[in-house]
Amino acid sequence: MTHFVSHVSAEEERRVRANDREYNEKFQYASNCIMTSKYNIITFLPVNLFEQFQEVANTYFLFLLILQLIPQISSLSWFTTIVPLALVLSITAVKDATDDYFRHKSDNQVNNRQSQVLIRGSLQNEKWMNVRVGDIIKLENNQFVAADLLLLSSSEPHGLCYIETAELDGETNMKVRQSVSVTSELGDPNNLASFDGEVVCEPPNNKLDRFCGTLYWRDKKYTLTNQNMLLRGCVLRNTEACYGLVIFAGPDTKLMQNSGRTKFKRTSIDRLMNTLVLWIFGFLVCMGVILAVGNAVWEREVGSLFQSYLPWDPPVDNFLFSAFLSFWSYVIILNTVVPISLYVSVEVIRLGHSYFINWDQQMFCSQCNTAAEARTTTLNEELGQVEYIFSDKTGTLTQNIMSFNKCSINGQTYGEVTDPLGPQPKRLDFTPFNPLADPDFCFYDDTLLESVKVGDLHTHEFFRLLSLCHTVMSEEKSEGELVYKAQSPDEGALVTAARNFGFVFRSRTPGTITTIEMGRPVTYTLLAILDFNNIRKRMSVIVRNPEGKIRLYCKGADTVLLERLHPCNHELMNITSDHLNEYAADGLRTLALAYRDLSEDEWEAWSASHRCADKATDCREDRLAAAYEQIEQDMMLLGATAIEDKLQEGVPETIAVLSLANIKIWVLTGDKQETAVNIGYSCKMLTDDMTEVFIISGHTVQSVRQELRSEHVSVLDDVWIEFALIINGHSLAHALEADMETEFVSTACACKAVICCRVTPLQKAQVVELIKKHKKAVTLAIGDGANDVSMIKSAHIGVGISGQEGIQAVLASDYSFSQFRFLQRLLLVHGRWSYLRMCRFLCYFFYKNFAFTMVHFWFGFFCGFSAQTVYDQYFITLYNIVYTSLPVLAMGIFDQDVPDQRSLEYPKLYEPGQLNLLFNKKEFFICIAQGIYTSVVLFFVPYAVLSDATQSNGVPLADYQTFAVTTATALVIVVSVQITLDTGFWTVINHVFVWGSLGSYFTIMFALHSQTLFRIFPNQFHFVGSAQSTLLQPVVWLTIALATAICIVPVLAFRFLKLDLKPQLSDTVRYTQLVRQKKRKPVGRSGRLGARGGSRRSGYAFAHQEGFGELITSGKNMRLSSLALATFASRHSSSWIDTLRRKKHTHAHTPPKHCKTCKICFPFLSLICCLTYFTSTPHFLFLHHIDVFYYNGLVELHLNARSQCFFLLFASQAFFGLPKAQIMLMYL
Amino acid sequence: MVKQEKASANRPDNTAFTQQRLPAWQPMLSAGIVIPGFVLIGLAFIGIGVALFVTSRGIQVLEIDYTGVEQNSPCFPCTDQNRKNCVCDVNFSIDTLFQGPVFFYYGLSNYFQNYRKYGVSKDDYQLSGDLSYFKAPSSTCSPYEYDKNNKPIVPCGSVANSMFNDTFKLFQIVNGAKKQVSLDGKGIAWWTDYNIKYRNPSVTPLKNAFNGTVKPLFWSKPAYELDLSDPANNGFINQDFLVWMRRAALPNFRKLYRRITDGDYAQGLPAGNYTLEVSYNYPVLSFGGRKKVVFSNVSWMGGKNEFLGIAYLVIGSMCVFMSIVMLIVYAKFKFPEED
Repeated sequence: MTHFVSHVSAEEERRVRANDREYNEKFQYASNCIMTSKYNIITFLPVNLFEQFQEVANTYFLFLLILQLIPQISSLSWFTTIVPLALVLSITAVKDATDDYFRHKSDNQVNNRQSQVLIRGSLQNEKWMNVRVGDIIKLENNQFVAADLLLLSSSEPHGLCYIETAELDGETNMKVRQSVSVTSELGDPNNLASFDGEVVCEPPNNKLDRFCGTLYWRDKKYTLTNQNMLLRGCVLRNTEACYGLVIFAGPDTKLMQNSGRTKFKRTSIDRLMNTLVLWIFGFLVCMGVILAVGNAVWEREVGSLFQSYLPWDPPVDNFLFSAFLSFWSYVIILNTVVPISLYVSVEVIRLGHSYFINWDQQMFCSQCNTAAEARTTTLNEELGQVEYIFSDKTGTLTQNIMSFNKCSINGQTYGEVTDPLGPQPKRLDFTPFNPLADPDFCFYDDTLLESVKVGDLHTHEFFRLLSLCHTVMSEEKSEGELVYKAQSPDEGALVTAARNFGFVFRSRTPGTITTIEMGRPVTYTLLAILDFNNIRKRMSVIVRNPEGKIRLYCKGADTVLLERLHPCNHELMNITSDHLNEYAADGLRTLALAYRDLSEDEWEAWSASHRCADKATDCREDRLAAAYEQIEQDMMLLGATAIEDKLQEGVPETIAVLSLANIKIWVLTGDKQETAVNIGYSCKMLTDDMTEVFIISGHTVQSVRQELRSEHVSVLDDVWIEFALIINGHSLAHALEADMETEFVSTACACKAVICCRVTPLQKAQVVELIKKHKKAVTLAIGDGANDVSMIKSAHIGVGISGQEGIQAVLASDYSFSQFRFLQRLLLVHGRWSYLRMCRFLCYFFYKNFAFTMVHFWFGFFCGFSAQTVYDQYFITLYNIVYTSLPVLAMGIFDQDVPDQRSLEYPKLYEPGQLNLLFNKKEFFICIAQGIYTSVVLFFVPYAVLSDATQSNGVPLADYQTFAVTTATALVIVVSVQITLDTGFWTVINHVFVWGSLGSYFTIMFALHSQTLFRIFPNQFHFVGSAQSTLLQPVVWLTIALATAICIVPVLAFRFLKLDLKPQLSDTVRYTQLVRQKKRKPVGRSGRLGARGGSRRSGYAFAHQEGFGELITSGKNMRLSSLALATFASRHSSSWIDTLRRKKHTHAHTPPKHCKTCKICFPFLSLICCLTYFTSTPHFLFLHHIDVFYYNGLVELHLNARSQCFFLLFASQAFFGLPKAQIMLMYL
Repeated sequence: MVKQEKASANRPDNTAFTQQRLPAWQPMLSAGIVIPGFVLIGLAFIGIGVALFVTSRGIQVLEIDYTGVEQNSPCFPCTDQNRKNCVCDVNFSIDTLFQGPVFFYYGLSNYFQNYRKYGVSKDDYQLSGDLSYFKAPSSTCSPYEYDKNNKPIVPCGSVANSMFNDTFKLFQIVNGAKKQVSLDGKGIAWWTDYNIKYRNPSVTPLKNAFNGTVKPLFWSKPAYELDLSDPANNGFINQDFLVWMRRAALPNFRKLYRRITDGDYAQGLPAGNYTLEVSYNYPVLSFGGRKKVVFSNVSWMGGKNEFLGIAYLVIGSMCVFMSIVMLIVYAKFKFPEED
């Protein structure tokens, strides 16, 4: 409980003394034990029950239970409420207990991880949970950091250590941390054991990128920043070992402080359901009042006179009091309009749907060995209503894997895959040519390899540049096994390309770069690294080759690099520029490469000015930039590279399918505008068909407003033209201000595609909130990194990509899977089904309970409003939990209107969910109207029949028990028939449940009415013998059949007519699927997506931050080991989207025949013909159909019903006067 | 191979159930099913309706209200509350033979046996012959639990207390002489009521079981003397008592009083004049109730029931009508792909 105390007494500052547990214990800091579980064995029952009774519904039922214990009110036995209530409470309790058990397990697993703690001068293994604030712990490579540590020393030089923070903030880039210099010298455990510095720092908070504190040691102060901290959740990489002082432990760590309680999300169906339940409560009170008034009137007019036979209860002395009691009695018996089982059934159904998501093999990624996971089980049906998707880019749409795809060398382009329809080009095999080649590298164009082999100078220089001009680190674990560690994946791709083409970057020192050029080791002297930054958009190196020549190699964005070329390059520049345009049009990220020869004098002069700038204390950055600018001039163009930012598999197809389903996709990325636009094009969100792509990048309120206005006007001008909107982070900040919000939303929503780039995590959430607020639409956010967490949490549905980056997004998400393309299956299949099932479930559920309950209301008018129930109390208890629960559950879990492939083929099927058509207030009223109608039938048909009926032995049937059994049986049969009509997908489970429920009704009824039970409890089982004596009577069965027919026939007719007159798309698809049994044409697979026109776009490939340039030249990091870059071989999946689009236009290509129906109609039509003839009614009414029938039916018929056909021929000839020849012609 | 196995360790099971591919029957309301279905249902209902209607027409019913509201009615004098053991004769005549077996009912209207408080006002343990409940009846019987002297009432409760106690004798006037029609009171109650639900205490003579208890307030004789002619027909298994205790569902009801199955009248009541001798005890006028006697015979479907036949005919014709409407609609607006 220590952490509890520390939370209460708000900590103002934290004092930690190293190696001094006694001192630190005074402050009662939280221990490193984390506890996410809610209960333990003792507290479970009280706490869980307390939580459950906070639910309004449960309290309501408890209240009903108490009412039932008052004898004057109790119209039903107490067990009618307590049985369902206990069932619901225990199911929920079991679910909570299981959840908590897993939390306990994961807590235990984390708490019991081992770590090495320095105790009394020696390293001891301790469990994580026993680590205390102030302890010094040792971390080894690839270990998780156990708590928030102050880095004291490391095995690497200068106290550096490298961490991967993916789990914390989602960034895969490695980060460098450095210890304060005084402590980095301590080194080994012996020195550290005597370390007694004291840290004073800020109290625990959730800011990941900030730390401020002071270290007091040996009467000196040292400032501590975030640069000195290792946070829990990080993984130590490339560092053999390091020592750290525990500052924050357990719940105080930044990781835990950030994993705040997730907001409880409710679906719109939930909210609607709650509103409806409130309405129903209102309705219930109205019914109660009506019946109470009725009771008052009855008691006054009739009851008071009837007192000789039926005296009032002793406490009742007048009719008003009787009416008051009657009100409560009716509240009890009518409460089943909102049965408690509603809530538990909804939960069970959602749980079932969640399992189907978890079990779906088609959402399983075998590469990452992860299946889709529904982390929240309560949102499934909302997946069927999504209108807006907000997607992250990196890691979500793209794999964050760069591959060297094409290049242009001296005006010659390489890497073009020839013919997408031709045979798959062979992947080049580099190993015979170059033993150091990376086996994972893919390239298909052998002309480039030839060019290298023949020794083309430009080509050699091109790859030499790539092998020298970078900040990549290499590691050679064993001979020839090179691993590159690149700060940005683009650089890694380029260096790897050079490596494979024979220019292997092997190793570097602060002053040299060693390469193997065409099998020959060469060492260059590294004179300077002119590092990359966002303004320069380029980087250069200046090297001296073994011959002593000095050369500057530069690579950078074409826009900046082409400006700095020597004028003699003009012609080459034009050709290369064309190539760059082509590459950009393919959505590739391009870089231009150039070099410049420097004379010794030039170098000396520049070097001096550079040193001068470097040493400057003020405006160092600007001076350096100016110095770089000075030398990066008059360069000679070598060519250009094109890197493919590999999209995840199936992204363009998924986006196309989702937009056909009327879902709007917004990309929100922290990346640069150019990259985002490129990705927009490559995943087909943006197309060249678009009339205009607006770019809003204003920095001031005015300019943003102006840009928005002008675009708004043009958007409104023509609604048929497609627009796209690209907005920058700083413009977005203005656009999100209160006065511009609506303008922005209306413009953005009129555009087909919206891309927000350079947005902060907070802005992502703001955009989501904006749409939630203004559009009242269901939103879904999908992302993979920690920067997406805020948007995942604020959207209605958050989806986490469980991919390469950290698990923060997954932890915050409601659903997780490993590929963006699974989104289409999640929404169009699972979401759609869930929504459909939930809606059907709710409609039926309200229907069946109104049908059940309202019978009491009608009976009230015939029993003196005495709250006499129509049914046996056991029937009332069991109706909702046994007799009618399973069929509707089976429908709610298993129902399908169309198969999953059809949902993907016809994305329009998704629309009813977005428009909320299947369950809304109107549908609800239809359901309860149907329920009330059924209740009227169920009461008045037995009333009319039984009041005078007798058994065949003369005993009247109008006794209460017979009436009750008849009505109850009719009810169960009617609702069972109704569920058979509502169920569209009869699996064996549905059959078992429907027939089983009916069977259980009869079995249980016979059991409850049996002699055995009566003998044991004579006062509980009054209905002894009723079942057998009632159900043996033919009149009873005729009554039940009549009631069923009256209830069901109108529904059947209505549904049929609706299906005929106003078929939904799903009906049509289902119809096609079922009746035609048309085989689906196999969808052709083709290569890359079709080429697009060449609107000029350009991208460049560098990471956002500055590179490791400074680290390299300073030599601090020279023992840096490497990071294996996983390269996934990924195919471009087929573009069946084109097929899909074509399908959209040629929607109906099914043969216009309906043979089966006509076959069945045949005898019937013949009958009509005869009738028409005999009654001499004008027959042209049928003529139309008969004609159709001829064409449709004849061919079918002649095989199996030749004689019938002849009959028809003659009949038609006689009745319609068709010439026989014509008929025969048709027949043949 | 090992790697492959490892890679798919988390792969969900490929079963029809988990992949939601269970074989399923997917019904659709196609014209081929619905329209012929409607015709079939319609025809079946019309057939049953005709049968029911014809059968019901053949059943004879004779109802006689003997409440005595009107001044000229034979039982009017008996409506005076002060007259004890009033007997009145109700005369009626039958034109044609009343086919036997004839059932003889008494009927009450505006009588709320279905009132909730009325229904629970009995003691099931007592009625199943448990002697301990003779001494201390259940509180559900209140206020007919104990009498003024705090003696337990057996059988207790409103239902038993209000037992119908008019008795009837039927005479045929043959040549001016009264010939008693023998009435059979055996087996008029439910088999389960008689054999299982209601038991007398196993005390002989039965009278001893009732020591220390009093008869219900409205009763003129104790439970063990309900039928003096047949000692086995007493106590809680008295047929009339059982019939009364099976409470009616609706405020207007009739209950079986006797069967006419014996002797000369086994074939039915011949045409002629009859006298019904009513021993008028049961007051109903105070709450506007009516009393009647009903003679009826039955068929396979029980008593006369015109509603059922008519309802079947109506629903059947509506089904046929609907099928025609649907056929027309179907012909006009077929499924869209057929366009």
